[in-house]
Amino acid sequence: MNRRVLREVREYKIYAILTPLCMILEVAMEMVVPYLMASIIDEGVYKGNMNHIVKIGLYMVIAAVIGFIGGILGGRYGALASTGLARNLRKSMYENIQTFSFSNIDRFSASSLVTRLTTDVTNVQNAFQMTLRMAMRAPASLVVAMAMAFYINARIARIYLIAVILLGIVIFAIIFSATRIFREAFPKYDALNESVQENVSAIRVVKSYVRETEQIGQFQRASRAIYDIFVKAEKKVALNGPVMQLTVYSCILLISWIGAQMISVEELTTGELMSLLAYCMNILMSLMMLSMIFVMLTMSAASGERIAEVLDEETDLKNPADPVMEVKDGSVVFENVSFAYNFDKGGKPVLENINLDIKSGETIGIMGATGSSKSTLVSLISRLYDVNEGSVRVGGIDVRDYDLETLRNAVSVVLQKNQLFSGTILDNLRWGKKDATEEECRKACRMACADEFISKMTDGYNTYIEQGGTNVSGGQKQRLCIARALLKSPRILILDDSTSAVDTATDARIRKAFRTEIPGVTKFIIAQRISSIQDADRIIVLDNGHIDGIGTHEELLKTNEIYREVYESQTGGSGDFDETEVD
Amino acid sequence: MPGPGPHSLGRPGPKPKNPGKMFKRIMGYVMKDYAVHYIIVIVCIILSVLCSLQGTLFLKELIDEYINPFILEGGEFNSGPLAHAIARVAVFYAIGVIASFVQQRLMIVVTQGTMQSMRNDLFEKMEKLPIRYFDTHTHGDIMSIYTNDIDTMRQMISMSIPQCFNSAITIVSVLTSMIVLSPWMTLVTIVMVFVMLGCTGFAAKNSGKHFVRQQKQLGTVNGYIEEMITGQKVIKVFCHEEAGMEKFGELNDELFDAASKANTYANALGPINAQLGNLSYVLCAITGGLLAINHIVTVGSVASFLTLNKSFNMPISQVAQQFNSIIMAMAGAERIFSLMDETPEVDEGYVNLVNVKKGQGGNLEETPERTGMWAWKHYHKASDTTEYKPLQGNVVFDGVDFGYTDDKMVLHDIRLEAKPGQKIAFVGSTGAGKTTITNLINRFYDIQDGKIRYDGINVNKIAKADLRRSLGMVLQETCLFTGTIADNIRFGKLDATDEEVVAAAKLANADEFISKLPEGYDTMLTGNGASLSQGQRQLLAIARAAIADPPVLILDEATSSIDTRTERIVQEGMDKLMHGRTSFVIAHRLSTVRNADCIMVLEQGRIVESGTHDQLINLKGRYYTLYTGNSIA
Repeated sequence: MNRRVLREVREYKIYAILTPLCMILEVAMEMVVPYLMASIIDEGVYKGNMNHIVKIGLYMVIAAVIGFIGGILGGRYGALASTGLARNLRKSMYENIQTFSFSNIDRFSASSLVTRLTTDVTNVQNAFQMTLRMAMRAPASLVVAMAMAFYINARIARIYLIAVILLGIVIFAIIFSATRIFREAFPKYDALNESVQENVSAIRVVKSYVRETEQIGQFQRASRAIYDIFVKAEKKVALNGPVMQLTVYSCILLISWIGAQMISVEELTTGELMSLLAYCMNILMSLMMLSMIFVMLTMSAASGERIAEVLDEETDLKNPADPVMEVKDGSVVFENVSFAYNFDKGGKPVLENINLDIKSGETIGIMGATGSSKSTLVSLISRLYDVNEGSVRVGGIDVRDYDLETLRNAVSVVLQKNQLFSGTILDNLRWGKKDATEEECRKACRMACADEFISKMTDGYNTYIEQGGTNVSGGQKQRLCIARALLKSPRILILDDSTSAVDTATDARIRKAFRTEIPGVTKFIIAQRISSIQDADRIIVLDNGHIDGIGTHEELLKTNEIYREVYESQTGGSGDFDETEVD
Repeated sequence: MPGPGPHSLGRPGPKPKNPGKMFKRIMGYVMKDYAVHYIIVIVCIILSVLCSLQGTLFLKELIDEYINPFILEGGEFNSGPLAHAIARVAVFYAIGVIASFVQQRLMIVVTQGTMQSMRNDLFEKMEKLPIRYFDTHTHGDIMSIYTNDIDTMRQMISMSIPQCFNSAITIVSVLTSMIVLSPWMTLVTIVMVFVMLGCTGFAAKNSGKHFVRQQKQLGTVNGYIEEMITGQKVIKVFCHEEAGMEKFGELNDELFDAASKANTYANALGPINAQLGNLSYVLCAITGGLLAINHIVTVGSVASFLTLNKSFNMPISQVAQQFNSIIMAMAGAERIFSLMDETPEVDEGYVNLVNVKKGQGGNLEETPERTGMWAWKHYHKASDTTEYKPLQGNVVFDGVDFGYTDDKMVLHDIRLEAKPGQKIAFVGSTGAGKTTITNLINRFYDIQDGKIRYDGINVNKIAKADLRRSLGMVLQETCLFTGTIADNIRFGKLDATDEEVVAAAKLANADEFISKLPEGYDTMLTGNGASLSQGQRQLLAIARAAIADPPVLILDEATSSIDTRTERIVQEGMDKLMHGRTSFVIAHRLSTVRNADCIMVLEQGRIVESGTHDQLINLKGRYYTLYTGNSIA
């Protein structure tokens, strides 16, 4: 199993070591039992020696008790070690994810991270437990039983040896070819699931185009393909059982034949014959177990790799050695900044040669087409990504020299794809400031024009927000997110298209509040709607990662073609007619 | 997404309520297609159990008839009869091996086949469920039925059922042989079996309890991870990592606690059974020894019996080990069958959409060819006449009331008329009921009161498939399917030629970007067209509607901010599509409302104002407020 994954056992290592030891104890006792049984029959039953039967019986009971203790403890430790490993894996992954920079997060999709933290961890847990309990037990049992067999009668034991080798080769050949087919099968399985997923989320489209029959037909073809490949793979695996039986039966018959003849020349006793038969089962079952472990390990290997990927992912944003712990003011300077996502993998630059000098307290509007890198530009300010060339300075100091937490507390970002979390409105607001009083929260909400709808809710600020914020409207959500950002009392406030679902009138009131209440804070406003930015001190027009123009609304109307075009299209009758909230 | 949000209606817990009934239904499934297979499997199981029993009994024969006479009485060892006996047993063994081979092979077909037909039935059923079902179940829950729950079936059908059956036959046959060999030793064995059952029951009950807790905790942790990971970027900008980790740590520890306990008890099952089995063996040996000394049984019988004792305990512990997977399978079956038992969308409509041509005297005549002329075929039972009404696209709402649940109406007394070719725009705030109205026209939901008429026919009388075929829909959230771009456009008209596909794409302004793609119309789309931009996806959705060429359109304009240029391209596409068709538009754009023949202003489920743009502006009411962005109240 994956080394990186195994390293996470940590405090459960002791259990991981104890488990196989306990299992060996159980195996040892299991091996003693047939030997004692032979003695009961030979010395006790045949010779009519009742005392011997009771005495050996007592030994057997003791062996059973020891075996029981070994088995129970092995089970307990195995459970602790494997579920402990799972716990640590989840914890380490989660903690590592918390250190991820935005570019790390972009590399893994959210849904793949969730699968890695859940399904993959469960797979590894099961495989690990199986391995701990069986991987030692099966070979140990195999070796001990073989040794006992040789001890009792080397001639017969040789039959086992040959049988084990033959059976081993056959079983592993079967498993090997089957796992190859299984590997082919998994992508097909994913495709089937994707088809279900698509149909669930697109059910309205399917129904409105009356395409149920066609979709069912398509699904059935995918389903049939899975059937075919799994039947093919499992038919191979199904050979295991009969092959195993064939071997066991052949052994029994051979031993009976040879054994009876050996008893006739007094080279063997009846009891010994019987214990040899018992060992025969033990040896071959252990072999079977080993092959099963092999299957489980190959199946969990992929999961292990996927987990290790998350654990090994290193954040590409690190705190400097001697970080600056205070942000003096809200001035922002971009100097020859270029940036590409996946720069090291040859990603194309999305920002090139950006130069900006923004004074503390300025309000900056940013506009441009989708893909013109507006969001990218502002995310460099709070160091969500690192620049490839040039530098970004906040309060006169390069953002890479700040303590990350200090910087991000000073630069408050309202993301385009924003999110509220399950909990009350107050809980959500306090993300901005842990110990904010209710009055502080109200004040922030008044600025963000959120107070007006919150106070109309029956539970007011204690209203519970469902997961994903499904019980507030788009515009309400945006206003809550703005309030949350305001609570940080930042030096710089960045609104990345954060009022798109808020009606123009409310939008205007929020901007007015910014002007009068927090004049010292530098504000960046990204918007599609010209009315949201036209009263900004300066407006930056971005086009394909370049600054196409910068100036006031009036200046840009005169000098900038893109700006003028957008302005005219919005005032000329094809602008937004955005929804207003009913509060 | 307006309307009722998806609530997880509490997935039925992992504990099945009616295992007996579930078992019957699973078996019903298996027997439906694989009755013959299953009967052969049963015969094979019986054969292989009996054959291996023969082998065990052979031991008695070996000892009593070939070895003991020699040991106890001395004399010449005679190998001839022994060889004969071994040959006979070899035949039994051979039958056993063949039987088990046949059984395994058939079981694969039965298991995979049953899983396949369950999946297919699930999917077929799912496609027929009303939209309401998807409103009330999360996507995750539905997906989990196809993956986790079907998987438990596989374990159940391929392992648990044959195992239990095998065990039952083994127990009966071994018990019979045991009683024949020695009733006293049988008694000892049986008493020990009860002890075993008691102990196993204890462990199984505890592990079951903790497994239930584990599943629940797993659900909680999954939910938490999902929420936090999707909000990861927000966590970053708020430096909220620490608090999140703390909470996660707590949940994670609880999961660990439940999982470790559940596994501990489950792991205990093996040793309990094995060691109690050994104890049972010792007690039998002592009893057997006593009996043999007193010459009540032969030594061979004791030896054979001791082997039988092992064979008797084995199936019992095997069944015990299947216990947890059976419980889980039953719970899975409950969810599978509860989806299958959902009431499908009912369709009692009898008015159909047919191709017609002008016959002599201007009458419409039904024809199987595609004339491009459509009519509603309306059969009047009272007069036994069939009427053909040309498809025009006239839609009337007459005092419609609607609620997602009967106790809470979301639309009240909606009245409107859209004449063929007219454009009706709905405006109003989120949750005012705009999307809901459009969902009533195509009967995604049925109304509580009032009437909706399409070309003068009550929509309830129109066959749903035909009704929906006559309505084109472009939704705000564009859903594309895995397949090529051409496949996705063709979704609107399956037999469309390549030329028609291109023409539709041109109409929707989509041709331009498609032809710039390296593989053009053959570009593969996966993951809901993840490689395309929002605007491009929308253009494809418009092309898809265009190729279907419906007389009535329902459009939901995108609210999300696509940039102004793309926006204009999309808008143009929509305008071309709407030309000459009756359209219902959920509007977010000024241009849309301005050109509308009638604007409906919705507020809390009621139409508060309606009229043209100019009329409403002059009214200086709600619309005026929305339009100017100035609150005059």
